Amino acid sequence: MGYTLSKEQFETLVNRLSEQYQVFAPVKFVGGNTFTDVDVIRYDQVKNPEEIVLDQKSDYSFKEVLLPLSETLFYYTEEQTKEADIPRGEAVVFLRSCEMHAVKVLDDIYLNNKFEDYYYKRLRDKIKFIVIACPESFDSCFCVDMGTNKPEGQDMIIEQQGDQFLVVNENPQWEAYFEGYAKVDQAPSYAKENKVKVHIPENLNPNIAKSSIWEEYDTRCIACGRCNFVCPTCTCFTMQDILYSDNGKAGERRRVQASCMVDGFTDVAGGGSYRKKFGERMRFKMMHKVYDFRKRFGYNMCVGCGRCDDVCPEYISFSANINKLEEGMKEVGEEHA
Amino acid sequence: MDINTKKLKKNAFRVTKQRGYTASRVRIPGGHLKAELLPQLQEIAETYGNGTLHITSRQGFEIPGIPYEKMQEVNEKLQPIIEATDINQPERDKGYSASGTRNITACVGARVCPYGCYDTTAFAQKIEKEIFPHDLHFKVALTGCPNDCAKVRMHDFGIMGMTEPQLDPSRCVDCGACVKYCRTKSVDALKTVNNKPVRDTEKCIGCGECVINCPTRAWTRSKEKYYRLVLMGRTGKRNPRLAEDFIKWVDEKSIIQIIKNTYPFVTEYIAKDAPGGKEHIGYIIDRTGFEEYKKWALKDVELSPKAEVNQRLYWKGPKYHTYG
Repeated sequence: MGYTLSKEQFETLVNRLSEQYQVFAPVKFVGGNTFTDVDVIRYDQVKNPEEIVLDQKSDYSFKEVLLPLSETLFYYTEEQTKEADIPRGEAVVFLRSCEMHAVKVLDDIYLNNKFEDYYYKRLRDKIKFIVIACPESFDSCFCVDMGTNKPEGQDMIIEQQGDQFLVVNENPQWEAYFEGYAKVDQAPSYAKENKVKVHIPENLNPNIAKSSIWEEYDTRCIACGRCNFVCPTCTCFTMQDILYSDNGKAGERRRVQASCMVDGFTDVAGGGSYRKKFGERMRFKMMHKVYDFRKRFGYNMCVGCGRCDDVCPEYISFSANINKLEEGMKEVGEEHA
Repeated sequence: MDINTKKLKKNAFRVTKQRGYTASRVRIPGGHLKAELLPQLQEIAETYGNGTLHITSRQGFEIPGIPYEKMQEVNEKLQPIIEATDINQPERDKGYSASGTRNITACVGARVCPYGCYDTTAFAQKIEKEIFPHDLHFKVALTGCPNDCAKVRMHDFGIMGMTEPQLDPSRCVDCGACVKYCRTKSVDALKTVNNKPVRDTEKCIGCGECVINCPTRAWTRSKEKYYRLVLMGRTGKRNPRLAEDFIKWVDEKSIIQIIKNTYPFVTEYIAKDAPGGKEHIGYIIDRTGFEEYKKWALKDVELSPKAEVNQRLYWKGPKYHTYG
């Protein structure tokens, strides 16, 4: 059961949410992309409901609202430390169905993986989710095959239908926002088909490391890490301890997002580093997204949003890579050597 | 045969080797044109010329093999091309009204090229509207970035695109890409301090490699578009040389004003015996001294505080003959 809102009523709803929450949504940064006069759509706090980009997929995912690219954890002086203030208060984030499934991935990594991550939890506890329905799939999406095309666990779903919005509220505390609005018996749409189809072979196992399918990426990939930074499910971080330059006795510890594709990710004490070939890094990332994570949590990590395809400067397609796995397994066989 | 060669040259035709035949020169400001104009060029070449087209070194077309008596007909056929390329023209159906100020050339720029810092064609067309037609010999070229694919340093006025990189430290994860690419592809103007890049603003040439290679949008381009204006490069017999830097981080409006200010300077100081009333501006400045030129060039120009002006310019290049 939902409500039909006019554009003005939808904007009123967002404004009313803004009184109680910091509202984060995909926003267009004019000229903010890599090339001259090319816009980028990424997450920011919304000052005006009209800023919310509803008709395009964001280039960078909602993840930054839960996992800031760079987050100060605490400050230190000679004797004392002080925890950094939480970067934001109660928040609402607009995201898509695939990203709603990514929230589950982030939760499993940061909350249900032996111990709770304190800094993740303090942001996670203060967030509500509004799904922007996808009546049609975008070009590079493969959510249907990854099983993430129907949203789960959100507080609200909105669907733009011409000049109107279908709004399905799933958070009882928000019912007051809808007093006086006409109810409609309509379910929100979701993408039922993608142009991109993927097939993960049932017999996939670590033998795939011996396959030749990774070799092309040794030279195609430039190890820039864009695929990781835009990915709604990449959760790796690294630590930075810095000393303020003025007196060198005070500083801060930050954690920043890390990429398994970028040099330095595997550096260990003593000067070792691993997966030097970029194809090996592709294999590691691939296996984490469609194999290793599933071994531990029972479902695939990749949610099929296709952002890695969209952002890759070398036109490497992750979905095309998935579809090479079957051939790779035929090449190497299932039996452990 | 009675032909006024001075008039035909001014009309963008040429005296050619072949007695009785001329060539028509078609200017394409910024070197970008609608493909629909090509059949019209083909028609002129096949009807009046020898059926061939030369792509000129200044990004125009030259149609050779045209009998002199067909010049007026060719001018009429050129009219739709002149209009489509938006060339200033005092009188319809009379072709180009000057040829001294040359076609303004440009690399493909930000319409296509990932490195381009601005729309080179649009800026070229804008300058064309401001300075053409004029009989004085001016060569202006634009290039999108400091790679200088358009070789603007071999022109009187060379315009190179720049962007002023903007860092949002909260989006930087210290992946090192900007520092690495600045070192290997540009001028090594970045170093890492406390896990964030620090830009040497004196060294930075505004090429945008840091922005292009940043995977997180920590580096972005400045909203303002900036340029490096380089002056008085030239090819030729006496003293070919590369242009020297005049103003770094200059704006579009100031560049146009400086070019326009150069016309009265040249009118004042051009050699009275210059063959065909044509003398490279650089040789004039060699005589007057750069200080004198600078006074004229910067008249009424309001530079932004960001603009860095080189007060003295010294050119190099082999000197096969010293003027005067």
